Amino acid sequence: MTTTTTTTTSRPIPLDDYAPIIGQPEVDELRALAGSLRGHSIQMVNSTAVGGGVAEILTRLIPILKELDLSVRWDVITGGNDFYGITKAFHNALHGGPYLLPPESFETFLAYNRQNLSRLSMDSEFTVIHDPQPVALIQGRSNHSGHWVWRCHIDLSHPNPAVWGLLEPWVKQYDAAIFSSPEFIQRLPLPQYLFFPCIDPLSEKNLEIPPETVRGILDLYGIDPKRPILTQISRFDRLKDPVGVIQAYRIVKRYFDCQLVLAGGSADDDPEGEAVLSEVKEAAGDDPDVHILNLPPWSPTEINALQQASTIIIQKSLREGFGLTVAEALWKKKPVVASAVGGIPLQIIHKHTGLLAHSVAGAAYQIRFLLSNPALAAKLAQQGHEHVREHFLITTNAKRYLTLFQYLLATSEK
Amino acid sequence: MQGIESPFQFLTASYLIRVQNLRATTLAEFAAGLETCSDACIFFHTFQSLSRHHFLTEGFSNDFAQWALAACNRPELAEQLASFDIREYTSLAKLRADMRRVVNDYCELHPQFAAQQTFEAFGFCEAIEVAIPLGFDARTLREFNEGLQKLSRASLHYHFIASRLRLHLQTNDFSNWFENTLGLPNLAHRADHIDIYTSTLEGVRLILTQLIEKELCT
Repeated sequence: MTTTTTTTTSRPIPLDDYAPIIGQPEVDELRALAGSLRGHSIQMVNSTAVGGGVAEILTRLIPILKELDLSVRWDVITGGNDFYGITKAFHNALHGGPYLLPPESFETFLAYNRQNLSRLSMDSEFTVIHDPQPVALIQGRSNHSGHWVWRCHIDLSHPNPAVWGLLEPWVKQYDAAIFSSPEFIQRLPLPQYLFFPCIDPLSEKNLEIPPETVRGILDLYGIDPKRPILTQISRFDRLKDPVGVIQAYRIVKRYFDCQLVLAGGSADDDPEGEAVLSEVKEAAGDDPDVHILNLPPWSPTEINALQQASTIIIQKSLREGFGLTVAEALWKKKPVVASAVGGIPLQIIHKHTGLLAHSVAGAAYQIRFLLSNPALAAKLAQQGHEHVREHFLITTNAKRYLTLFQYLLATSEK
Repeated sequence: MQGIESPFQFLTASYLIRVQNLRATTLAEFAAGLETCSDACIFFHTFQSLSRHHFLTEGFSNDFAQWALAACNRPELAEQLASFDIREYTSLAKLRADMRRVVNDYCELHPQFAAQQTFEAFGFCEAIEVAIPLGFDARTLREFNEGLQKLSRASLHYHFIASRLRLHLQTNDFSNWFENTLGLPNLAHRADHIDIYTSTLEGVRLILTQLIEKELCT
């Protein structure tokens, strides 16, 4: 059974609420950019209404576009367990993993796309298809009508060639593709644009919370607010190198009486999560200053409080898609030490908005350097905050879409 | 002050980042990329970079210099690339030629570094500009000042920095209008000498406002 859902978004935040954050002229500019797009239809399609980064972004983006008086629809495709099993396999393979499904799986994938197509009205002037799951909906495009854009949110830097080979013929039919990092672009005969993932400064995870709430959460986990707190927020995944973070902390600990917080969860679809958590606990040993917090999947207030309470935020990933936890930390004006992988160098401009490291020893050195130089750490954090305001907020994301639609409209009229 | 015939039209520009299939993992590849990339690439990594990083007022000049420092660990090359002042350029071809000369000279002098793998690749990107009117204009200096306060940072950059490439003059839209429409050459001169490398775009707005208010008082 497949159903198609047209989503409704809850608790829309008025656009003017962003004015104190980004400035009234920036809000007015969004209205000016939207002006000539009024009367043109826009459609976004993805594979889930709740959960996951794409749904989180669309939940915020769609109300903003609607408030700009634009005609926007958000449709969600659905499918059976077999469909999601296949798309999960695609997802892992596009991140570079092996692909072991039989050839007929791709036929099943296409059949579900066709089934969704029979229920969806795909007649908008601007259609943005998010990620691989609905990529084959483009077969429903009639006579090259409208503008079709494929927005790929995943790390395509090392895709499994077998799976990319299956998807590429569909992607090539689009007018444009959008990726999150220059590292992820492919050799395609269509324009490829860069849109950064974004955070919402008015979301529960990023709003400033009262000090007493922060204190309560630190007390709950036995964290001492009077001593430096080093924190890495990420799920327990070897690619996030939590054991490497503990090794870096041990080097720092020789010189500074600090604490380490490793907070995250293990995704339900990650069979290695439990094993990694055990490795992390073993590496931490009986050090009372290492706090390993296995949080439930949706813990925005806890994450927010831990970030706000931290002295330094670490993101020592070995590979990374974009690493939005870095943007979250910078938005909270926290100095960040992070690995130069994936989308992190886009967020951390070395020595301007944070410090980059390439090894355990390097990370430890940069952390010690910041702990010894609090004024410099504060300056990097402030500049990092401005960097996020400029590039990684939901309002900037809305501006990029408006600009893209304006550009597509202008070039098609020529 | 009397109204005039040619009002100042406030516009804003928004940019798409188009990624090119052109990457450099060594300085030699970077030098080759500088030669073949489009003018829109040169604009993105120099003029537009200043707008994207307007909040950095120390030690940041353009994407090329930052990459030479952070990804190549070549501070002497980074210093040379950072020293280019885009206010002196009214053509991207000239800026490209000067930057190419610096990189090529460095690679010739230090062939061992030219072939060295960098920490991170340099991905060449283009800026695609979409300029739109903001729906208000100014006929007097007082109206101009009111309009200035309503401009986004992108609009400030469009009129004050990127304008050189449109005008092909070593000036900006504001100064051009002050001098040629309002007949205020001194204000035009002072506005054009605001240092965009040591001021943020908000700083530029503040200094310009002060200059205008002083002019209005005279």
